[in-house]
Parts: sequence; C-alpha cells; structure tokens
Amino acid sequence: MSNFSVGFRTSGPAQILDLKGELDAHTASELEAAIQKCQEEDQHKIIVNGENLRYISSAGLGVFMAYIEEIREAGGDIKISALQAKVYNVFDLLGFPMLFDIVASDAEALERFETDSQPK
Amino acid sequence: MPPAVYTISIPSSTRRLEEVRRFVERHARAANLNETTVEHFKIAVDEACTNVIKHAYQGADNRTIDIALIVRPDRFTVSIRDNGRAFDPQCYRTPDIMASVRERRAGGFGVLIIQRLMDHVEYRTEGAVNEVLMTKYRTPQPEPVPPPSPGLR
Repeated sequence: MSNFSVGFRTSGPAQILDLKGELDAHTASELEAAIQKCQEEDQHKIIVNGENLRYISSAGLGVFMAYIEEIREAGGDIKISALQAKVYNVFDLLGFPMLFDIVASDAEALERFETDSQPK
Repeated sequence: MPPAVYTISIPSSTRRLEEVRRFVERHARAANLNETTVEHFKIAVDEACTNVIKHAYQGADNRTIDIALIVRPDRFTVSIRDNGRAFDPQCYRTPDIMASVRERRAGGFGVLIIQRLMDHVEYRTEGAVNEVLMTKYRTPQPEPVPPPSPGLR
C-alpha cells in the first residue's frame, strides 16, 4: 500500500495536483504518471499543491526537473504551492526557487498564470 | 562509554524506504536530536539507500542493505553497507540543476543532498563490502585552527 497519492482538481485554467504523503524513489512514478496524464489531456498549466506532502527526496524533485522544460515549451508551467517548511527546505537545498515558481497558495499560483499570459 | 548501536537490514527494494525512514526517525528522536536534524537524517539515509538500490545493486530487489545507527554523546552516525558495485567519490561530479532541466534528466542529486545535510560523509570499501558513514555532531564543530606560520616558531 503506497503512502503517497495524487488528487486532481481543476481551477480556472489550471489543473491542480494535490500531493499527499511521502514522495520518494518508490512513489515518484505516481507523480510522473499524474504529470503525463495532464500532458495527454493537453493541460499544461499545472499547480502542484504540497499542503499535505510530508516528505520529499531527490527522486521526487527529479520528476519536476524532468518535465518542466517540456511543459514550458508547450506554453504552460508547473507552479508549486503551499509547501510545508520542511519540504520547502529540500527544494531550497538544490536551488529550486531559482527555477520554479514556488508560492504560498493556489490563488497566488493562479495569479502568476494570469500574469504569465499577459503580453509583456 | 561504548556507543549505542541500532541495526536494521532490508532487501534492496524502494518499497522499504518508508520503513527505513521510520526506523531512523524513532531512534534519532530517542537520541534527543532536534526535529530538523531528525529530518536531515531521514533524507540522507533515504538518499543513500536509494543510491545503493539503483547503482550498487542496479535495481535488483533481492540483495541486502545493512543499516546501523551509532549514537555517541557528541555525534550521531549512520552506517549503510552493501556488497554491490562500489561508489567512487573521486568520480563524482556535482550535478548542475540548470543542465539537468535542459537535458530532461535528473541524477546524482542524492549525493549532493547528503553532502549538504551532513557534517561528515565517508565512503569506504573493504573487500566486497561498501560502506557510507554519515555523521552529524550535536554541537557545531570549532573552525579548524590554521597551522602556525613558520615565522612564529
């Protein structure tokens, strides 16, 4: 029985993935499958909500690294919201805040998507 | 006083990573490490075991990983042993996150995370047995004293 799950929600133009539990080398494939499902459905604006994510290892971070370019090339982004402090620290350890929009809430992530789509 | 040692052996399957993290968490808390340090050990041990499974045992899930927690008054050490392919730290190159994203691959970050979270990391191989020793000291270590300059002798 896996201690990790991904829930799917839609909000405005974005697909929200609610992560729950512990993301490690065993469970990372479930996040990978969830992102692939978004791509198959042509949904490239993805918010990953980490409110209930209790743990992440580099295997979990690797999924974000492996997909972000593809998603951005398709005109979308992966924005990461509501991380617990101890999980944020692992993202920070590898310099993720330089590469990813990591925000406090889904509402903020949605605002960022809106800003991204405005002509510059 | 001899150190207190707690051991667990697991088959080399990622299914068992959660059990290993619980084991580390329980004993690290019992050794009065603060919650941040407990978390750091959980991640470091997870990363080291994942590397053993993926690289030393190349994905085989029927080999053995031996984990020992060594509790001393001034430090907490985890030893992880395998008898697969040895890891040569001399050949390790720190991965570049930007390049990994561009190339859509992610590898080698476990070793980097371990280095950043632990005070001391040592890899050794004796015969067929590889061991990584990961240590954190309970109090910050003093800065190394520079050697005296020859002129003052």
